[in-house]
Amino acid sequence: MNAIKEFFNFFADPRVFFLLTTGAFVFAVWRRDLFVKPSVGYGLQIFLALFFGLGLLDENFRLIIGKPDNVPIVGLIFLLLFFTWYSMRQAVLNDQRIAKGEPVEEKVEEDRVWVWPDLVYVELICLVLCSVALIVWSIVLKAPLEQPANAAATPNPSKAPWYFLGLQEMLVYFDPWLAGVVLPSLIIVGLMAIPYIDTNPKGNGYYTFKERKAEITIFLFGFVVLWSSLIVLGTFLRGPNWNFFGPFEYWDIHKLEALTNVNLSEYIWLRGLGVGMPSHWLIRELPGILIVLFYVFGLPVVFARTVFKRYYEKLGPTRFYVTAFLFLSMLSLPVKMLARWLFNLKYVVAIGELFFNI
Amino acid sequence: MADTKTVAPKEGALERSWNWLTETQIWKSVFRHNAPITDRNRVLVVLSNVFLHLHPVRLRKSGVRLRYTWCMGGLSFFLFLTLTFTGVLLMFYYRPTLEYAYTDIVGLREHVPLGIMREMHRWGAHAMVITVWLHMFRVFMTGSYKPPREFNWNVGVIMLVLTLLLSFTGYLLPWDQLAIWAITVGSNMARATPFLGYEGPGASLLALGDVQLIHAADDARFALLGGTFVGEGALLRFYVLHCVGLPLAIAVLMAVHFWRVRKDGGISGPL
Repeated sequence: MNAIKEFFNFFADPRVFFLLTTGAFVFAVWRRDLFVKPSVGYGLQIFLALFFGLGLLDENFRLIIGKPDNVPIVGLIFLLLFFTWYSMRQAVLNDQRIAKGEPVEEKVEEDRVWVWPDLVYVELICLVLCSVALIVWSIVLKAPLEQPANAAATPNPSKAPWYFLGLQEMLVYFDPWLAGVVLPSLIIVGLMAIPYIDTNPKGNGYYTFKERKAEITIFLFGFVVLWSSLIVLGTFLRGPNWNFFGPFEYWDIHKLEALTNVNLSEYIWLRGLGVGMPSHWLIRELPGILIVLFYVFGLPVVFARTVFKRYYEKLGPTRFYVTAFLFLSMLSLPVKMLARWLFNLKYVVAIGELFFNI
Repeated sequence: MADTKTVAPKEGALERSWNWLTETQIWKSVFRHNAPITDRNRVLVVLSNVFLHLHPVRLRKSGVRLRYTWCMGGLSFFLFLTLTFTGVLLMFYYRPTLEYAYTDIVGLREHVPLGIMREMHRWGAHAMVITVWLHMFRVFMTGSYKPPREFNWNVGVIMLVLTLLLSFTGYLLPWDQLAIWAITVGSNMARATPFLGYEGPGASLLALGDVQLIHAADDARFALLGGTFVGEGALLRFYVLHCVGLPLAIAVLMAVHFWRVRKDGGISGPL
C-alpha cells in the first residue's frame, strides 16, 4: 500500500507532474484516433474515480481533497478530462466524415426545429437537473467558515481562491509583476485577439481537428495543460511555504527544500568568466537583457524568415507578430520552468534595484 | 361497412373548469394566444413572451443538441440567476462591517433553520466559474468565435473576467481567515503592477525630485483595497462591487451577448 502511495507521490512532483501532463497531452493530440476511443474515455474516468475513491482512505489525501472549497476542483478534473475527450471525439468523427467526402454531423442536422417545444424542454430539463445537483451539493456539504479574520495570524500556506492558483503557482517561476499582472493581462488580451489573428475560415460552427490543427493544439495546451493543470497542482500539491507535497504526504511545516537557485548573471560573471560581478546593474544584467530582447523581438523575426515563413505570408506582418508575441509569452512559462529544473536558474534578468526581475 | 360516427369526448369537471378558466378576461389578458400546439401558436408564444423572445422562433437542430452545445452557456446564465436570488436573500442577513460581517455569517449558520442559501451561493459561484470556462472551451472547439462572431467572443471574454472578479470579491465577505488571506495573496499582486504599484518595476522612476509619486498609500493596490491592507475599506469596496457594481456590468453585457448571438446568425453551425 505504501509503495503505491509513494508511487503516486513521486508522479505528483511538479517536474514529473508537468512533464507527464504535457506528455499525455502531446500523445492525446498526436494519437487522437486512440485517445477518442470510448474505452479510453470511460477508462480514464473510471481510473480517476478509483484514484479519488480509494485515495480518500488515506488521511492526508482526505484532508486536502475533502476541503470544502477544493471539491469543485475535483469536479473540474473530471469534467475537463471528459469534455477534452468528448470534443476531440466529435472532431475526429467529423474529420473522418470530411475525409470520406461526407458533410459534417452539424451540417446533416441543419434543418430547423421549433424553439417551442424542442429547445425550451431541453432548457427546462437542464435547469431542473442543475438545480437538483446544486441543492443536493448544498445540503451535503457545508460552506466553510474558519476562525474570524486576524491580520496578525498568517496561515501557512496562504492561498488565493482556487481559480487563481495557476497564477499563484507561476509565482514560483516569475516575480509578481509578471505572474500576477503582466501575464494575466496578456491571457485576457490573447483570448480577445483570437478571432482577429485566426484567419482560417474553416471549422466555423462544427467540431473538427484536421482543419484547425495549430489553433486547437495551442488553445488546448494553454487551457488544459498550463491553466488547469497548474490549478490542480497549486491546490492539491502545494503545502506550507509553497513546498511540494505529494497527495499522500503529510503537510510538514518543517519540510526543508534547498533553495539553490542562481541568477544568470552569476552564472556568466562568477562561474563562467570568473571575473566577479560588475558593479553597475546594466553591465551585470546585459547578457540577460539581450536574451530577453532576442526572445521578444528577435525570435519572431527569425520565425518569420524560417520555420513559420508560410504563416508569415498567410497572416501578414501585423497578425504574425502579434501572434508570435502572444505565443512566446505563453511559452515563457514552460521555458522558465525547464530552465529552473535543468539549471536551477532563478532570474534571467535580475535588477532588484528597480523591482525588475524576469 | 358500418358508418363511423364521431363522438365528442365527454367533458369532465376538469376540462370544463379549464375551458372556463382560459376564457376568462384575466387569463386572456395574460396569454394572448392558445396553447402552443399549432405552428402558428408556437411562433406566437416565442414572439409575445418577453423571456422566451431571447430565442429565435426556430433554430438549427444541432443548436438544441447537448452533443453540440453542452448547455454550458445556458447553465452559466441560470447559475447567475440563482446567485442573484440567493445573494439578495443573503443581503438581508449580512452587514459589511468589521463588527458584524463574521458574526452575521455565524448567525446565518446557527440561527436559520435548514438554511442552505449560503451553501447554494458559494457552490453556485464555484460552479458558475466552471460552466463559464467550459462554455468558452466549447465555443472555441466549434470555432464559433470566427466571423461574424468575433465581437461576441470578446464580450464573452470580458464576462469571463467579470465572473472571476465577482467570485473574488465575494470570497472576502465572510471575513474569516480563509477570506482575508486569500484576498491578501490575490491583491498583493497589484502592488507589483508596472509603474502603478509601489513595488512594481518602473514605479521608482515616477518621482518629482525626491518625492515619490507612487507609494504604498496611493498605488494600484491601495485603489483596490481602499487602504494599505485588507481592512474595513476593502470589505466595503468588495461588498459594493460584489452586490451592485459587477452584477450590473455583467447583466448589461449579458444583454449584449444574447442580442448579438441572435444578430450574428443564432447558435453557430456550418456555413
